[in-house]
Amino acid sequence: MDFLTILQILDSTVRLATPLLLACLAGLWSERAGIFDIGLEGKMLVAAFFAAAIAYTSGSVWVGLLAGIAASMVLALLHGLASITFRGNQLISGVAINFLAAGLAVVIAQTWFAQGGRTPQLSSDARFANIELPGAATRIRDIAQQGPLGQTYSELISGHSILVYLALACVPLTWWVLYRTRFGLRLRAVGENPAAVDTAGVSVVGLRFAAVLIAGVLCGIAGAYLSTALSSGFVKDMSAGRGFIALAALIFAKWRPWYALSACLLFGFFDAVGNRYQNIQLGEFIVPVQFMQALPYILVVIVLAGLVGKAIPPRAGGEPYVKER
Amino acid sequence: MDKMPKWADVVLIPLISVVLALLVSGLVVAIIGESPLRAMQIMVRGAFGSAYGWGYTLYYATNFIFTGLAVAVAFHARLFNIGGEGQAALGGLGVAVILLAVDWPHWSLALAAAMGFAMLFAAAWAALPAYLQAKRGSHIVITTIMFNYIASALLVYLLVNVFRVEGSMSPESARFAENTHLPGGGDFAGFLGFSATTPLNISIFLALIACVLVWLLIWRTRLGYEIRAFGQSETAAVYAGINPFKIIMITMLISGALAGMMAINVVMGEAERLVLDFTEGAGFVGIAVALMGRSHPVGVVLAALLFGALYQGGAELQFEMPAISREMIVVIQALVILFTGALDNMVRMPVQKLFLALKRRRDHAARPTPEA
Repeated sequence: MDFLTILQILDSTVRLATPLLLACLAGLWSERAGIFDIGLEGKMLVAAFFAAAIAYTSGSVWVGLLAGIAASMVLALLHGLASITFRGNQLISGVAINFLAAGLAVVIAQTWFAQGGRTPQLSSDARFANIELPGAATRIRDIAQQGPLGQTYSELISGHSILVYLALACVPLTWWVLYRTRFGLRLRAVGENPAAVDTAGVSVVGLRFAAVLIAGVLCGIAGAYLSTALSSGFVKDMSAGRGFIALAALIFAKWRPWYALSACLLFGFFDAVGNRYQNIQLGEFIVPVQFMQALPYILVVIVLAGLVGKAIPPRAGGEPYVKER
Repeated sequence: MDKMPKWADVVLIPLISVVLALLVSGLVVAIIGESPLRAMQIMVRGAFGSAYGWGYTLYYATNFIFTGLAVAVAFHARLFNIGGEGQAALGGLGVAVILLAVDWPHWSLALAAAMGFAMLFAAAWAALPAYLQAKRGSHIVITTIMFNYIASALLVYLLVNVFRVEGSMSPESARFAENTHLPGGGDFAGFLGFSATTPLNISIFLALIACVLVWLLIWRTRLGYEIRAFGQSETAAVYAGINPFKIIMITMLISGALAGMMAINVVMGEAERLVLDFTEGAGFVGIAVALMGRSHPVGVVLAALLFGALYQGGAELQFEMPAISREMIVVIQALVILFTGALDNMVRMPVQKLFLALKRRRDHAARPTPEA
């Protein structure tokens, strides 16, 4: 395996890790505020559909992105309504949102485009183009002639859609807001001990809604990335379990932003390797592609089993807050 | 706060929730530009208008009774088993293994063995998440979701590499022998007009028996009492000498075994071979069925029948109204889960207030006036 091949795998690792990272950070925001969110998948899917559909009809990918974010936020609000306002079961609400998204996206797609539940192929204007950083070679022949550093720059660092860089920027941003601002401190407190926050005169409901809506925005970007950058159009069930892999990454990262980045890159790497090689030969042993696909889930079970340190969720996670009278 | 009458809790609130879910679904249909009433008419006719429709409706309902009971039993111990899908898939694997390995002389023997293997495999798949919950406190919702994906990958691998028939491209096992085919609706209820064109088979009776057994277990045995006590309050249950580890394990094993039983209906009864993704989301429908049926076997049967009708009627609907995708039933399913599960308090609070107001007025009228 030569250096360029490794770079190509890492390049697709970054591409495939981006939606995971955005969804994972979405989950981090929500769960740090004490709201479990297993509806990441659904929010991503509905955003993927609306981003592609509106990008197609308007011809502008940015309008599509906004539509995707808006759709995801509507579902986020619904989750907030069910789990914060009406103190319902957050897990059941998440399940409902996943099905609602999976069903609605296809139903609306069928009504609008009548193409069997998909959107038409997006033209290049209605997609996020890859950004070539200054001085980067674009053609594979030119890249092959560069030195290792130049190859790394041209193949791995340059040539991604703007959403990839945005997602990467969200990691330090999330860290900074959560750990270095008053809002972040209160938000984390609300996930650990909402009564204390309430006693201090800060609105638990307000903070939790803020967290859920931020999660909605991030899932919206993740979904738009799926349908307008990673591929060109929406197809049924295109999120393909990524919301749950993101959830897995979140647990793997033990609810911390920088670890979330490494977990998502790891799971993106599995995906990239699985895409490139069908079966991997390790000496006598052949690792089937299905094993690579299942690996993130297996790893999470191992983490949850406490075999590699204990994964402790935010203490008030999943519990609706009832104000004392 | 005074309690509502029991019938309001058990019948009225779920009914209001389901009506709300159907109203919103109707709204979606109206927004699409079709008539909700006509859509409803087509679905009802498709599901109940003919013996053919009934055959499919009852076939789907059989699946949903099993998966619904699986979720319901776990709910009683306040465990949320989302893993029905993966457990059922493993149940199908068990059925295929035993039916392909042994040359069965008669379907009844094959059925007994297949049931044993379906329940064994499915319960085993539920055992590890249960163990991790009981011993390590790993959240069972997360682990069962993960196990769904692992099961799906495992089945793809086995179907492609182990079970696939030599020379065939499709990832499915060989057909089971003629001797193992279950009697269909045409065999035991031909006089009602059922024929071999529908997948209805004797599994439906197994589903109904399972309902009775679950009822007996939950409300008439010591174990059921312990499961319910544990579900009400873990600390109180521990104080009363109930072993949480035992309850979590047994409840999840029963839940998994019930989910696995749906493979009897689909793999043995209908497909007569192991195919990819034979569960078709029935494991998840079980969540809606259990929520709507208030985790009671009678409620589960009624809810399963409703969802069976939705699945069959939805197929007809797509045929007659091409503008409406078959995915509409997923939307309805989501709305039922949303209203009966997550937004339960939205319906419950006003109803509670209403009953309180009624009671206060009654008390007021009954009290003698002080002047008299």
